[in-house]
Amino acid sequence: MSLSGETAELAAPLRAHSYAEPSMAGVGDYLALMKPRVMSLVVFTALVGLLVAPGHVHPVIGFTALLCIAIGAGASGALNMWYDADIDAVMTRTSRRPVPMGRVKPGEALAFGLTLSGFSVVTLGLLVNWAAAALLAFTIFFYAVVYTMWLKRSTPQNIVIGGAAGAIPPVIGWAAVTGSVSLESLVLFLIIFLWTPPHFWALALFKSDDYAKAGIPMMPNVAGQASTRRQIFAYALVLAPVGVAPWLLGYTTPFYGVAAMLLGLGFVWYAWKVLGMADDDRAMKPAKALFAYSLLYLFAIFAAYLADSVVERALAMGGA
Amino acid sequence: MIMVEEKLETVTLTERQRKAQRSRSIAIGVALAVLVVIFYIATIIKFGHNLGTM
Repeated sequence: MSLSGETAELAAPLRAHSYAEPSMAGVGDYLALMKPRVMSLVVFTALVGLLVAPGHVHPVIGFTALLCIAIGAGASGALNMWYDADIDAVMTRTSRRPVPMGRVKPGEALAFGLTLSGFSVVTLGLLVNWAAAALLAFTIFFYAVVYTMWLKRSTPQNIVIGGAAGAIPPVIGWAAVTGSVSLESLVLFLIIFLWTPPHFWALALFKSDDYAKAGIPMMPNVAGQASTRRQIFAYALVLAPVGVAPWLLGYTTPFYGVAAMLLGLGFVWYAWKVLGMADDDRAMKPAKALFAYSLLYLFAIFAAYLADSVVERALAMGGA
Repeated sequence: MIMVEEKLETVTLTERQRKAQRSRSIAIGVALAVLVVIFYIATIIKFGHNLGTM
């Protein structure tokens, strides 16, 4: 496979095997395989889990944990792009990814994903702890096998169940410090888990043609736009109070509680706008607005949690 | 002694493939160097206290 009709001159025995053709992939293509935007969200939520966890971890060990989580997330992305190359090629949003574009061969993407998976899990286990490593291994398996290979093409609940993979990173960050999982870390998991369906269904509403073309059973294509809008609103109603739960459970100060409440109300308001969208609305501005706001919501609520924890610890140290 | 002249069969890369290969080699080299440093420091931090008791 080559770009622009450019091929290397191969010796006769090598010409007989197309797999021997030299790779055209650059460093940027391999970085793209790791889905850097998804990775940044994973790293940020894992960082919050790591910093708010009780106990102390050496900064270098903490950095190593984050690096392993980032590489593990990148490995999941590479395995996803390897398996989904056929449907990525027909969707406008994903058609320019390295594998469907032919810049990275499927085998290269698979090898890259498997190597990074093994490396990130073993390194996390050896240098941080095996509880965090086990959680990372489970996350990679859940995203690459359970979500990508099974759920994504078979059920409209794909991103509901598959969302668990994206929700685990703060729990891994927490486990990197404590060596265990607690209710507080599971609340962080729950916030991302409940955030995922309205986030992706908002995207699926204005990209439904794309998903239909690829044959992916996203909620708007299976249950219809009206049902999806209702489900988005229902999830927003559940997410808003769960976002406040860390304060109600006594893990944070009222500062976080007020911030989470305002952010949750914003989420419900944007979801309400989506609920009121007309069936023949082609511009779908409310769905696009909710998609953009949902990204802001997740970043802001985790940033508020982190700020609350840091300030509380600083005050506690000052008072001690 | 009979000398047989054999032409070595090799792959001749295009300029673009050579550039891509070079950038990959540099990236792998940098990544390995960074990993060596991280592993060294992390090992000292993680297991260094055991050395003092030996």
